[in-house]
Amino acid sequence: MLRFILRRLLITIPMVLVVVSVTWGLIRLAPGNFYTGEKPIPPAIEKNIRERYGLDKPWYVQYGRMISNTLHGDFGISLKYQGEPVNRILKNALPVSATIGVLAYLLALAVGIVSGTLAALRQNSNLDYTSMAAAMIGISLPNFVLGPTLVLFLSLTWYVLPPALWGGPRHLILPVITLSGVYMAYIARLARSGMLEVLRSNYIRTARAKGLAERHVLIRHALRGGLLPVVSFSGPALAFLLTGTVVVEKIFALPGLGNYFINANLNRDEPLIIGIVAFISIVVLIFNLMVDIAYGFIDPRVRY
Amino acid sequence: MLLSVRNLRTYFDEDGRVVKAVDGVSFDLERGETLGIVGESGSGKSVTNLTIMRLIPSPPGRIAGGEVIFDGRNLLALPDEEMRKLRGRRIAMVFQDPMTSLNPFMRISRQLTEVTRLHLGHGKAEAYEHAVHMLEMVGIPDARKRAEGYPHEFSGGMRQRVMIAMALSCKPELLIADEPTTALDVTIQAQILELIKNLKQETGTSEILITHDLGVVAGTTNRVVVMYAGKVFESAPTGELFSRPGNPYTKGLLQSVPDPTCDTKELFQIPGLPPDVANLGPGCPFAPRCFRAEAICKEQFPPFVALTPSHHSLCHFADEIYKGAS
Repeated sequence: MLRFILRRLLITIPMVLVVVSVTWGLIRLAPGNFYTGEKPIPPAIEKNIRERYGLDKPWYVQYGRMISNTLHGDFGISLKYQGEPVNRILKNALPVSATIGVLAYLLALAVGIVSGTLAALRQNSNLDYTSMAAAMIGISLPNFVLGPTLVLFLSLTWYVLPPALWGGPRHLILPVITLSGVYMAYIARLARSGMLEVLRSNYIRTARAKGLAERHVLIRHALRGGLLPVVSFSGPALAFLLTGTVVVEKIFALPGLGNYFINANLNRDEPLIIGIVAFISIVVLIFNLMVDIAYGFIDPRVRY
Repeated sequence: MLLSVRNLRTYFDEDGRVVKAVDGVSFDLERGETLGIVGESGSGKSVTNLTIMRLIPSPPGRIAGGEVIFDGRNLLALPDEEMRKLRGRRIAMVFQDPMTSLNPFMRISRQLTEVTRLHLGHGKAEAYEHAVHMLEMVGIPDARKRAEGYPHEFSGGMRQRVMIAMALSCKPELLIADEPTTALDVTIQAQILELIKNLKQETGTSEILITHDLGVVAGTTNRVVVMYAGKVFESAPTGELFSRPGNPYTKGLLQSVPDPTCDTKELFQIPGLPPDVANLGPGCPFAPRCFRAEAICKEQFPPFVALTPSHHSLCHFADEIYKGAS
């Protein structure tokens, strides 16, 4: 077990390096520069800027510096946010994204598991049809439609909740609902199909034949196997939720990682892009590892 | 009389059709007796017994009629809670497929203690000791250590032993074994049957043994019920069924058993396939495959003829077959 974890953690390093290398290459391919604007700047100033940021050096020197930065976990100074180290931006933006992400995930988990399980228990009932129709809508409705719709009604028509920005707990409600919508729907469907499969299985029939009450059959025997698909979905889902979702943060003008990520890309802010990409890929890899470890605890047949 | 099944009907509603899986089945079981139920796949053996346990998934299944009198009470009329208290306590079941019938996520010990803690009110330690004792009784070596294992660490035969230990741990009055050896190797089959037989004698449990293996029936049962298309075709004491069958279907089944003393003879088989029980005509469901069938068989449903007080056969020509076999 310990060896398995160590090996997986070690593999993380080359994988992150591959991800940042590809990202670095793509930034090179994209047209434009962080200093070019609508107005052309004099060649002398451009030369100064290039020297100041080391862009006059050959590509392999620049690449080597980026890799060395990544390995040291210090991504340097942002090009656009003057004087701001990338690490400080990450540190400030992460709590915003993480708060919304975790809350959205918990909400999705609670609503998804409960409605999915109930739907499975009453298969083909009105409850089943209603919740699965809602899940279908949840999956099909993009959050850039759901978010503004909620804002339109709850903030701009009835004035119940603030439409945007980072403030007290009331500011969290709309972004969290918007963000969790798709995940909620997805988890509900996973829970339903997982539970349906398990509830039809022979060992559940055995449990019933033992005379166990239906709630014990469900809680002690069925939930574990039935919710395994939700567990495997949780790793990547949680990783993406924690590291910020570009669209929702943009809609609600939240100072999270996603928002910084968009701006960094638009600005060709290389250190910030590399920093955020490296951070997200580490989080994704670690959450996947955590799911694999969790599997070992849930399913005794899994061995490392 | 421990169990009396009267005119039991279990139907499944599928796509607007009514599948009559069990249609008017009756039989009795005395205390201490073993009843064999034989028949081809789809003849309604398992559904009959799941109905007795009230474990038919509904929908699509429904119990359309009849009575299951267990120790003087009609199980089909009991409230759910009462029925639940009976399951596992007074009527226990061993299923066909031991590979999937145990919960893969739960330790063996817990799957066993769960039953006795529920029905016998055992405490944690007492239930655990009882579980180890039961595992020893069904012949699991090193039972105390193995109890901590999970089902995937057991072979098929060992899992079936665990199932039997679980079923017998509350000393039930009735054990329903639904093809307990079908999924096992031939050598293990004999061991498991022997085990059930011995434990049954020790605990005084009555048994319903469902199988499609006539050899198993001959060696272990007192009475046999032959089922076909959801109906009882013949019911007789085991010895008499084998020596003097009173039904063409039973005769066909007996002829289909390979004879090891005569290996040159081609194996007999009943022509055709079992009928679609959602789509039966008015006549005898076996008529299209029957060597004795006449026009009347296709038009009129056959009578359930009493050949002796304990031997019945569903056939227009039951007397003739019975006498011809003598």
